[in-house]
Amino acid sequence: MSAIKPKHQRLVLLAIALVALIGAALLAAWALRNQASYFYVPSEIAADPPAPDRAVRLGGMVEQGSLQTEADGVTIAFFVGDGEARVPVRFQGIVPSLFKEGSGVVAEGKLAADGTFIADNLLAKHDEKYVPRELREMSEHQAQQVVAETQ
Amino acid sequence: MMAEFGLAALWLAAALAGLQLIAGSLALTSRGQGLAGMVRPVAVVQGALALVAFVVLVVLFCQTDLSVKLVAMNSHSAKPLIYKLAGAWGNHEGSMLLWVTVMGLAGGFVALVEKRLPEPTMLATLAGQAFVSLGFYAFLLVSSNPFERLDPPAAEGQGLNPLLQDMGLAFHPPTLYLGYVGLSVAFSFAIGALITREVGPAFARAMRPWVMGAWIFLTIGITAGSYWAYYELGWGGWWFWDPVENASLMPWLAATALLHSASVLASRNALRAWTVMLGVVAFSMSMVGTFLVRSGILTSVHAFAVDPERGTFILALLAINIGGALTLFALRAATVTEGERFALVSREGALVFNNVMLSAILGIVLFGTLYPLVAEAMGAKVSVGPPYFNPMSAIFFVPMLIVLAVGPLLRWRRDSFARVRLGLLLPALLVVAVAIGLAIVANVGVLPFLGLALAAGLAVASLLPLRGRRLTRTPLAVWGMVVAHFGVAVALFGMASESAFSVEKLVAARVGDTTQAGPWQVKLERIDPVAGPNWTALEAKMTARYGQGAPVEVHPQSRFFWAPPQQTTESALVTRWNGQLYAVLGEEAGGGRWQLRLWWKPFVTFIWYGGLLIALGGLLALLGRTASDIRRFVARGKIAERRMEQGR
Repeated sequence: MSAIKPKHQRLVLLAIALVALIGAALLAAWALRNQASYFYVPSEIAADPPAPDRAVRLGGMVEQGSLQTEADGVTIAFFVGDGEARVPVRFQGIVPSLFKEGSGVVAEGKLAADGTFIADNLLAKHDEKYVPRELREMSEHQAQQVVAETQ
Repeated sequence: MMAEFGLAALWLAAALAGLQLIAGSLALTSRGQGLAGMVRPVAVVQGALALVAFVVLVVLFCQTDLSVKLVAMNSHSAKPLIYKLAGAWGNHEGSMLLWVTVMGLAGGFVALVEKRLPEPTMLATLAGQAFVSLGFYAFLLVSSNPFERLDPPAAEGQGLNPLLQDMGLAFHPPTLYLGYVGLSVAFSFAIGALITREVGPAFARAMRPWVMGAWIFLTIGITAGSYWAYYELGWGGWWFWDPVENASLMPWLAATALLHSASVLASRNALRAWTVMLGVVAFSMSMVGTFLVRSGILTSVHAFAVDPERGTFILALLAINIGGALTLFALRAATVTEGERFALVSREGALVFNNVMLSAILGIVLFGTLYPLVAEAMGAKVSVGPPYFNPMSAIFFVPMLIVLAVGPLLRWRRDSFARVRLGLLLPALLVVAVAIGLAIVANVGVLPFLGLALAAGLAVASLLPLRGRRLTRTPLAVWGMVVAHFGVAVALFGMASESAFSVEKLVAARVGDTTQAGPWQVKLERIDPVAGPNWTALEAKMTARYGQGAPVEVHPQSRFFWAPPQQTTESALVTRWNGQLYAVLGEEAGGGRWQLRLWWKPFVTFIWYGGLLIALGGLLALLGRTASDIRRFVARGKIAERRMEQGR
């Protein structure tokens, strides 16, 4: 440490700080590529399913008549669809307030090997004002689809 | 009339901010020196007028004046008074008004009491503060007028988001804003010092109490916000790495780094350019946070403004302020002369390390928060959560904790590890002992494992600076440091314990059923309907017993608000010294069963006790330094008086 000429102290400090910060930035970039959870709609899962252990988010409509509660009373199963494909979802827990059939949902979790989506968390509309971003766009998208179909 | 009066006060305050900027800038030139005398009074009046406008808005909300658009949109006559009050800042316009009010008051307060710096630096500082304020006044008056009328008046208000109808939340935004916006003072001091080239110990000493004050509020605000998310959302978590949480964490990290580097500058006259830079960065992070939260670019309960015009406006303000400050820094950094030198192993060296680590964590959080926005611009929808943030921040947090244990024991300028080795033996042994104990008895993850072991060592190491001191004679500032560092250990212990030892139970229970959650026996007695002022609810009556202890009543609710219509879960908590039982009532599960979610979270409360200790440490340091500043001021006055008498 005494080997450093005091003259250069400012440069040395600057260099150390820069190396640490650039290291942090590179590390962050690398981790983001691996850890960011991507958003899928059912047709994307059907076309190109994510790796089984990867955390992803699945958004779509809870299909009418698909919601079932299992015997334990706390596990639910339902299908999420986007008009083109459907994905079975299982969730254990207390569902958010505005979660219901025919309504939009974003499920966070992983795709199991058998093609069932195991959700750790469900996001539904909080209320009329606060809607998860994906859901907001999805209902517009779906509205457009409905318009296109009826025309 | 009320609303127009408030609006007039706001316009006047904005005009005075303009005057403050012009007079302050001109007074720096040789011709405009006559204007110097007016800058401080103008700053004080400007702050007072902003306060008047804010008070008017609060009164309008208390009266539920439905001819004011903002009140009609966000309030309801059937709401309890406290939430009418909170409604005043629980929306975009009101919160921005609170922002400029705090900014005006902070500037006014600085103008009133700060006498240590050379006058030109003060003028430049106040002009800088006025410049930043002016942008936010313009934002408020042009695109977010809180006093806009509604014609005809609404018959009834639309109500406040029920999630926000909570005691803790009534005070959460003002506390956080005092912190966010208090940092604007550090920003302005940095600008002032750069303009007049007066970057030195005096600048650091003048800036430090303001940063400390803002930092204390920020710490309390983050701690309270975390507790709010914990019990109000009913998810059992205490930190979600939500962009909104990150928006408050980033200025805190920068301010923490700034406090430490300012102490090096104040006592050792080193780290000059770096401290100025952090002064700029800290408030920049506040503004970035505001942009993220308020522009509608993110969706959350905090994102009120979904108006793209507003987002663009804030972005422009952000670019002007941050870009301008960084340009000024780039132009002047070379003229900031190098400070005193120090060896790498020294108090300064440890503080530099702390600063670099804090900056790295800040970078990690900033990257993770912005990445989804960047990715979305390129067409991919991603979200970034705990799998990224937890390990990435730990990589830098763990070395920082180790240096945190050692640093306060080192001497300024030059020291050796050999001198402090003996003192650190006990904490080091403790870390090893806890690590071995944990490895034998429990199977916990890597991060909680590290957290528990380091927390034990740090708790002891943080007290070591008191060794060999007479406790009654120890300066308050040292006590502050010890308490804050001990608080870090306490919070870390709470986080690690919650993560390592929490027990979760999810059941569908019939009335009369008993569920075991960790050491607790929880019996569901009844489900009753209950009603509040603006909601009805289903309430579970449960009794919980800890081991063989006396039964405690637990009442989680599922609430239905009608204005606006929304359902919320009200969790119920039983707090013991060694943790919390957390109960949530879900839906009816069929067959007369009800969904119940129970958690036993050992020592979870230590997270927030730790946060409060950190804030208390800041408060002690602030009191200690302010007291000694006042003593010095008085003593100097007496000396001057005596000289005058002798002179006669």
